[in-house]
Amino acid sequence: MGEKKAKGKIRINRERCKGCRLCMLVCPSRRIRADKSLNLKGYAPACFNENVSEGEKGCTGCAQCATVCPEVAIEVYRAK
Amino acid sequence: MRGSNVVGEAAVRAGCRFYAGYPITPQNELPEYLSARLPEVGGTFIQAESEIASINMILGASAAGARVMTSSSSPGLALKQEGISYMAGQEVPGVIVNMMRGGPGLGNIAPSAADYFQSTRGGGNGDYRTPVLAPAGCQELANITFSAFDLADRYRTPVIILGDGLMGQVMEPVVFPDPIPPDALPKKEWILDGCVGRPPRAIFSMILNIDLMYRHNLHLQEKYDRIAAEETRWENLQTDDAETIIVAYGTAARIAESAIEELRAEGARAGLFRPITLWPFPTLPLRAFASKVRKIAVFELSMGQMLEDVILSVGERAEIHFYGVPGGIVPTPADIAQFLKSVSAGDGKVGRRIEA
Amino acid sequence: MSEQGAYKKIFGMPESLKDQATHYCPGCGHSIAHRLVAECLDELGLREKTIGVPPVGCAVLAYNYFNFDMIEAPHGRALAVATGIKRVRPDKFVLTYQGDGDLAAIGTAETIHAANRGELISTVFINNAIYGMTGGQMAPTTILGQDATTAPGGRDAKLHGRPIDISRMLAVCEGVVYIERCALSSLKQIRQSRKAILKSFQCQLDGLGFSLVELLSPCPTNWKLSPEEAWGWVNEVMVKTYPLGVIKDTTGYGEKR
Repeated sequence: MGEKKAKGKIRINRERCKGCRLCMLVCPSRRIRADKSLNLKGYAPACFNENVSEGEKGCTGCAQCATVCPEVAIEVYRAK
Repeated sequence: MRGSNVVGEAAVRAGCRFYAGYPITPQNELPEYLSARLPEVGGTFIQAESEIASINMILGASAAGARVMTSSSSPGLALKQEGISYMAGQEVPGVIVNMMRGGPGLGNIAPSAADYFQSTRGGGNGDYRTPVLAPAGCQELANITFSAFDLADRYRTPVIILGDGLMGQVMEPVVFPDPIPPDALPKKEWILDGCVGRPPRAIFSMILNIDLMYRHNLHLQEKYDRIAAEETRWENLQTDDAETIIVAYGTAARIAESAIEELRAEGARAGLFRPITLWPFPTLPLRAFASKVRKIAVFELSMGQMLEDVILSVGERAEIHFYGVPGGIVPTPADIAQFLKSVSAGDGKVGRRIEA
Repeated sequence: MSEQGAYKKIFGMPESLKDQATHYCPGCGHSIAHRLVAECLDELGLREKTIGVPPVGCAVLAYNYFNFDMIEAPHGRALAVATGIKRVRPDKFVLTYQGDGDLAAIGTAETIHAANRGELISTVFINNAIYGMTGGQMAPTTILGQDATTAPGGRDAKLHGRPIDISRMLAVCEGVVYIERCALSSLKQIRQSRKAILKSFQCQLDGLGFSLVELLSPCPTNWKLSPEEAWGWVNEVMVKTYPLGVIKDTTGYGEKR
């Protein structure tokens, strides 16, 4: 199966993230998880899972994560 | 014109376009006058909910670029100290008028001059100085009001005009300087007027980094040194051949002046050294006199506050004698003449000798 | 990413915020509130006309984050300072951004009187029911039973008095045209907060009067909760003392703006 192009994607600023995990709370596609490797400040930053496996929902670019992110650490993109 | 009104009219002519204040005797005529006069020139008058709100309103209005004034009397000045300290730290100009009254606490409404410490020794927290101008009559009130706004803008500092209840009420003829046209006012490159075509500005006094705070304080001190070097003002009256010099400011100086006339008529050689800037205090000029005369007499409408600056200036170079009357009692010229005679005679009958 | 050209950015840093890491704690409501304020200023094209007054509190350094002119005010005096600014420059957009101690303890008089005079100022009131910057002391809005370092064992009505509802008190003032209380503790409420802030800004632009948006704000550090738990505490506990919704609205604006 070829990789289908997701409707949206996000870019998380790893060093700006403080690991509050609120984005993970609200992502409807559950595409965000905590990275095991810490950033320079010692937080476990949020990490976006861009690769959509079989049966999974892709990112829709709903921007709910960015809406709740206190650090404006998330940029959201939608497919044209 | 009445003293309080003189300040108001002079302020408007000097370009003041924002006043906030709270009623307190004996200066209510000033806000009352400005409540009618400021709208005539498109300015803003606010009777604020307190002296605290007033000083903060002028802080904001000044940061936005206006020439600003607030006024009060002694207990109200106590409330303004926080705002004055912030204005000093933020380098925001403004003119604060204190028509002094009896204290401490609520005191009374009679003329007293017991806010010298409060005005010249900070009053608020931190290492800062506030230029303090002490006029001695209505004409000088008018001229000094103009100077106050200039000083404030030139050095970006709050400035205090120190009057008293008597001066506020007295009526004397005044010739006002011409009004300054708005476009002749100094341009300010630091104000907050919206960041169009420039980076945003922030005005603040909190500097958490201790190196930067250290440097900021040095910068402020360098400014105060410049003010001391260039803006110190005083007046000598009949001091050339004086054997005794009396040091007094404000209303006390007017009384001393009359006392000196009386004494001169009797052949006694007394002179008046009248500080006009209480900070910066004219230390060096006074010290120069102390080397020439034997006796320096200090007269204040207080228990002795400027006295300390005289001691600092004179030291042991001359005898220092003090006569102070607190609480709003205003001695007559005859009383002061008696004091000076007692100083001359060295009999200790009026006032007391200070051991420096 | 090679497919960059196939996507367009729909969410990023607002112009009215500096691209700058903040010192706020993980999950702090301030960061979200800052962004919402910035988004609204951007939407209304106000950044270059705005002069803001931050509080003394955790947001005391807000001028390092907001990308417009700002002036520090002594604790509680922001609305007096803002009054001076707005009266001298009525064509500018003036806002204050204050916490519960700043607005409803030491600044109560300045707050009430600026509101009562109907000053054309918009105020964002961040209510986290605690004194954050100084380490967790009781705030005027600390709720009964809530623990604080100066109310050990929890706020007790007899010992410490009751929490204050300044927004409802201000609603009595005729100079106040709009007050709404929202929260920063759920997606839905964050969106509602943004709408409320926009409406408050519009009140100033239309010259209607004083407006205030109170935002119940999570404080994970001083509440000793995780960010997710802090959201829960606002949504389940704090709103019982501070119910959400419109407290006053005489703007005449319809539901949709």
